[in-house]
Amino acid sequence: MGGGSRAWLGLGLLAGLALCPLVVPMYWVFILTEVLIMGLLAMSFNLLFGGAGLLSFGQASLFGVGAYGAALVLLHGPPSLGLAFAAGVGGAALVSLVIGYLCVRRDEIFFAMLTLGFGMMLFTVAHNWREVTGGSDGLSGFALPTLPVLGLSLFDPRVMYWFTLAVVAAGVGVLWRVHRSSFGLVLRASRENRERLAFVGASVARYRLAAFVVSGTLSGAAGVLFCLFNQMATPDVMHWAYSARPVLMAVLGGSTVFLGPAFGAAAFFALEQAVTSVTDSWMIVLGAVLIPVVLYFPEGILGTLVRWVSRPGRGDRE
Amino acid sequence: MNSRPLLDVRGLSHRFGRFRVLTDVSVRVMPGRLTALIGPNGAGKTTFYNCVSGRYVPTGGKVVFDGRDITGLPAHRVARLGLLRSFQITNIFPGLTVLENVLVPLTLRAGRGMRFWRAHHRDPALVERAEEILERLGLADQVGRRASELPYGDKRRIEIALVMALDPKLVLLDEPTAGMTPEETDRMIGLIRELAARSGITFFLTEHDMKVVFSVADHIYVLHQGRVLAQGSPDEIRGDPRVREAYLGGSLDP
Repeated sequence: MGGGSRAWLGLGLLAGLALCPLVVPMYWVFILTEVLIMGLLAMSFNLLFGGAGLLSFGQASLFGVGAYGAALVLLHGPPSLGLAFAAGVGGAALVSLVIGYLCVRRDEIFFAMLTLGFGMMLFTVAHNWREVTGGSDGLSGFALPTLPVLGLSLFDPRVMYWFTLAVVAAGVGVLWRVHRSSFGLVLRASRENRERLAFVGASVARYRLAAFVVSGTLSGAAGVLFCLFNQMATPDVMHWAYSARPVLMAVLGGSTVFLGPAFGAAAFFALEQAVTSVTDSWMIVLGAVLIPVVLYFPEGILGTLVRWVSRPGRGDRE
Repeated sequence: MNSRPLLDVRGLSHRFGRFRVLTDVSVRVMPGRLTALIGPNGAGKTTFYNCVSGRYVPTGGKVVFDGRDITGLPAHRVARLGLLRSFQITNIFPGLTVLENVLVPLTLRAGRGMRFWRAHHRDPALVERAEEILERLGLADQVGRRASELPYGDKRRIEIALVMALDPKLVLLDEPTAGMTPEETDRMIGLIRELAARSGITFFLTEHDMKVVFSVADHIYVLHQGRVLAQGSPDEIRGDPRVREAYLGGSLDP
């Protein structure tokens, strides 16, 4: 696929998503909003997983830092959307800088365990520091800010959807540029062979840390959206079990194709909706879908589709 | 010719726990002179390379490169100073294309690795340079292929391309023809000779294959049980009885 047709495909997808609230029932507008938010979380996670070959098991804690940052501002400060984002995204960037610094020097299972450990610590802070975080009840009861200039209220689910779409599209745009940049190339090289990369003159830890911060910052942005969408921030989104979600979505959709994780998020929710109308034990079905995907289609659903469509034997597919 | 050695290793020692792998090894590599380090299996050749190139911190001695003490510097700092190594086993970026493989070191050398915004393939100067290097190594028609799909000999040449891309002063080649077919070996010998003569890069190689060593080296060091047993021109080494004994005779004859 050439650069031009890819741009058209992206624009077409964006236009289609923008039109959705005008045609689908309100219930689905809610679901789609959540899909978009989780899509951004999964895609930011995949900058580390698919891009750098690092499995972060603490991504939800950065998502949570974004949510709590925004909730604290909206609860105690002025009802400003800009400030809520600044607090959530800035907080997530800062926390990922610290956690990243301590994690990027380790590989594979050790990296995963370190991120898991930090995730558990942050969850405990959110859960036990009642005075600030509201404990297990979380933070709620704040008014939603209105969109600056337009003056529309995010209380309207359609406005919330379009706002989410705009932020997610911007976040995915950033990830796309980073993925294709010189930095992205060096990052993929670190995934392919980190030792060789050091021997051609790169400090692998520095590149990984930069990726960790970009990834954590965008996960924080997704967290801010989640806080606005639910009008609350709760500790359960910081639990390590929640960190499994972006992992599952990336694997389901495909970590080797750019939009794979977002596609995985959509498949995840579609499956959940379809199955929960029949049975409560939908995780059994998710497992039953995930196992054959991992065993027979390790490139994920979208990855496999792209491979069938495009020629074989190219480098990284996008 | 410059009389200062490009690489000056003085009294290098290394041990793993109580096991001494290298003892008081001193080696000098003069610029432009193809120097080789040979020795039977387990003599410590690879450990020596690892100590010089920054993978291990030697437990004793000094490594001076281009007049600068580099003992204990990490690999990426050593590489930036212009001392590079290739590996005994193929060590490239398998999932990237051949072009991307070469673009990685070029990008790093140009100090553009932290560019987050501009697309890497829209850097015409770097892409041109990469294509030039690949052309020189006879890989021009493979640029768009995934490196992992190439035959063994081609992968080894990508390995050399990665090194060339950094405009090194000194290249350590660790058994560059290991595992190659006779044709691939001849091609690699030709390539090393040509690069040594024309690129201004100094090569220092370890080799198992005596035929390769005696056909390319100007100066040879023999490592035996972690010590320098002998050094000299190929003819001197060939006639040295101690070297013959270390190799249990015979195998030194090409």
